[in-house]
Amino acid sequence: MTAIASDTRASRQPISFALLAQVILIANSFIMLYPVVVMVLSAFKTTGEIFEHPFALPDFTQVGNFAKVLGETAMPTYFMNSILVTGTSVLLILVLGTMAGYAVARYESRTNTFILLFFLAGLMLPLKLAVIPLFILLRDLGLLDSRWSLIVTYTAIGLPSAVFIMAGFLRTLPSELEDAARIDGASEPRIMWSVMLPLARPPMAIAAIQNAVPIWNDFFFPLVFIQTDARKTLPQGLTTFMGEYTTDWGMLFAGLTIAAAPITLLYIALSRQFIQGMTAGAVK
Amino acid sequence: MLVSRKQAPSLKRQLWVAFLVIPPIVFMSLFVVYPILSAFAYAFYDWQGLARGEFVGLKNFKEVLFGATMAPVVWNAFLHNVYALVALMIIQNGGGFVLAWLLYKEPFGFRFHRIAVFVPVVLSTIIVGFLWKLFLNPNFGIINQALYSLGLDSLAKPWLGDSSTALGALILANAWHFVGFPTLVYLAGMQRIPPEIIEAARLDGTSEWQLLKNIVWPLVAPSTTILFTLLFIGAFNWFEIPYVMVGLDGSPFGTTDVLGLVFYRTAFGNQSASIQNFGLGSALATLLFLFIVVFASMLTLWLRRREIQF
Repeated sequence: MTAIASDTRASRQPISFALLAQVILIANSFIMLYPVVVMVLSAFKTTGEIFEHPFALPDFTQVGNFAKVLGETAMPTYFMNSILVTGTSVLLILVLGTMAGYAVARYESRTNTFILLFFLAGLMLPLKLAVIPLFILLRDLGLLDSRWSLIVTYTAIGLPSAVFIMAGFLRTLPSELEDAARIDGASEPRIMWSVMLPLARPPMAIAAIQNAVPIWNDFFFPLVFIQTDARKTLPQGLTTFMGEYTTDWGMLFAGLTIAAAPITLLYIALSRQFIQGMTAGAVK
Repeated sequence: MLVSRKQAPSLKRQLWVAFLVIPPIVFMSLFVVYPILSAFAYAFYDWQGLARGEFVGLKNFKEVLFGATMAPVVWNAFLHNVYALVALMIIQNGGGFVLAWLLYKEPFGFRFHRIAVFVPVVLSTIIVGFLWKLFLNPNFGIINQALYSLGLDSLAKPWLGDSSTALGALILANAWHFVGFPTLVYLAGMQRIPPEIIEAARLDGTSEWQLLKNIVWPLVAPSTTILFTLLFIGAFNWFEIPYVMVGLDGSPFGTTDVLGLVFYRTAFGNQSASIQNFGLGSALATLLFLFIVVFASMLTLWLRRREIQF
């Protein structure tokens, strides 16, 4: 994506093509963004204003809907639950994924192929379809209707890809690094912790984003595992919320806006990392 | 691989490696391998609520595929999954390919367009579903409001309440949500094509269409393989968008029913039929699982064959 390449690419295009391309791209970006804009604008309106002037700009000082969503509903609780569940799951994925990835990448062993195949199978199988036995297993472990039911499920789903990302990266690190440390008498755990892992932050960031976004957004597993309102995550809580305020559209749009805000803002701030992380499984 | 590791590993090091690999493997065995293997087993039993009854052989499978009450629902839903798959292949993956090609040329504002197309992808499907449900509301949704204000009253419809448009509306909402994903995967694939190849074709005076058809499309085959396989798996696991926008019963009149909804209703019940049947649910999940694994692997192998190394 150098400036030179973009120059030659653009200059070969006839004007009419370039114009058509612009029209399509602008129209597409409009379609992608306008619904989000309407959602945010509507959140500042009363239900009556939404029904009568759906496309008008609102009075941005009118923040009553937001105050009500944050002050009178369980939305803040859903928020905290989502943060706890996503944070703990991603942490577990990174810890366990790095352990297995490191072992496979840095130590020769006859079992390595077996271990990789084992995680490859986990990568392919949609755990959603095993939700019934998972439900019974979690019930037997006493985890049903707890945040841990979600955390262990998400960790199991995310672990295989993290193993592959970490192993793929750690394998590329030169062995001179650890050999030098070994000669200096460093122990194996010390080599891993102080020499190798500080270099592995970029793949960790990719694995973290790749897993954090789907976990934050997931709805299916909370729907099956969680009953108690105080333990619901944001997407699941949102369905409860939407059911309670069906006719108050101002509240509905404010709820949707508040639910969408953190991840959208984070994405806009870190779009390169988000895109890289979320397409990591599909782009070589 | 690495010469320095040729010497026999000490016991200490073996213990250390075991310490690294055993926890992840135990975790995966407990929460992935064991549930998936049990899912197969459960389908061969009769279930009373959460309690496993007696072994009934293939009875549950027969009921799912040929039973008088279950089979028509299953096949009706299966058909809708197929519709969604075909429509999304064209709109979502095909649209993504076109958008990627336009972005690949890095026209004015391409950085903005690249970020914009991915905004819906990061949103929760639940947010996307509710947002479009509100927009498609027959009286106050912005779609019909826009049609009214343009004087096109005759085109306004209860989109989600009309049997002829409901499934299409769900498919379009899904395409809106995810089109950015194939777009950016294809874009990355196109950027991996050596620029000389495209330059050479341009110098030869190849038309835009020929260039796309004969050079770009074959060379992004690896992206196509993975995108089509992911879409295939996604289309037959489709659940969230229909659940949020039309409810568990695939209303109106089952015209939006998909296998994900049937599975959930069968296994966990709903308002109208609160009986949950883990046996039938497991049988449906097992069949769906085998179908996805068999066809997704065939699709992958077939698509892989057309990939070119460069």
